[in-house]
Amino acid sequence: MQTKPIALKVLDIASVLLLAVATYLALFYAPTEAVMGQVQRVFYFHVPAAWVGLLGFIAAAVAGIVYLVTHDQKWDIIEMAAVEISLVFFFIAIVLGSIWARPIWNTWWTWDPRLTTAAITELIYIAYFMLRAGIEDPDRRARFGAVYTLVGAVSAPITFMVIRLFRTIHPVVIAGGDPNAQGTFAMTGGMQVAFFFGLFTFTVIFIDLFWNRIRLGNLAAKVEQLKLNITN
Amino acid sequence: MFFQDTTPDTSSYMILGYAVFFIATTIYLISFFVRSRNLRQDMSMLESMKPESKVMESKATAGKMTAGKPAKAKTSKPKASASKTKKKK
Repeated sequence: MQTKPIALKVLDIASVLLLAVATYLALFYAPTEAVMGQVQRVFYFHVPAAWVGLLGFIAAAVAGIVYLVTHDQKWDIIEMAAVEISLVFFFIAIVLGSIWARPIWNTWWTWDPRLTTAAITELIYIAYFMLRAGIEDPDRRARFGAVYTLVGAVSAPITFMVIRLFRTIHPVVIAGGDPNAQGTFAMTGGMQVAFFFGLFTFTVIFIDLFWNRIRLGNLAAKVEQLKLNITN
Repeated sequence: MFFQDTTPDTSSYMILGYAVFFIATTIYLISFFVRSRNLRQDMSMLESMKPESKVMESKATAGKMTAGKPAKAKTSKPKASASKTKKKK
């Protein structure tokens, strides 16, 4: 692997520092919510993690489109990087949501439209890696992967919009007002600071991990090429 | 929920949530570094094999070329050793 660019090193350090500040804001700066208590603080990492997850799935679909147009392997590497990172963040979002739900909804899990679509989205992208693992030819693997991410990306806007379109108990904190939702709260000044800083921090972390993962993908491609050269 | 007088103590769930976040992130980062290290090791090993394979290829081609004249290939080595002994003296 080539030496790390200075910009990436700066981004690595900035990500760690921003995460430390975001954690401080979420745990200590933001006021305690009166009805839910301390568990509401999970929200400051739950929403940004879900945001980054959906962002990556959309980014993967865009990379998939570019690959189908150009047939350049680098777009396949970019696509796979986006899916992998988003899968991790989306999994974290689902688990954090479940932990929040236990004291608020009195259950770890319920087949609410939002939870169901989120689980389906996660499973779709787990299957993406299973599909890739089953194809040996790199061109075919990249082509199938690109089409799959394109189709899979439909689940991202559905998951985002489902709480605004269907009757659900999942709270819509931003621009929401469903009377059926349980756990809705109005964000005060301190809460908004922690929330928006969290969104910004997770976006920076996503960019940092994305860049690092693309470099790892490039290295893997080089190793694969070297192996082919030696065996042939 | 609607008629509660005091804020419930849900701090254990909050701690669990943040613990899950940091543990999951750490596991992902560790897997990232392990994969990166393994690939770097593979890369260096394959690069070290690359010149060897080239040498082997050149030896094989040289073998093919001198297949009819084995004496020449053998005579080249003693010459080199003779020059070394001269240098030592």
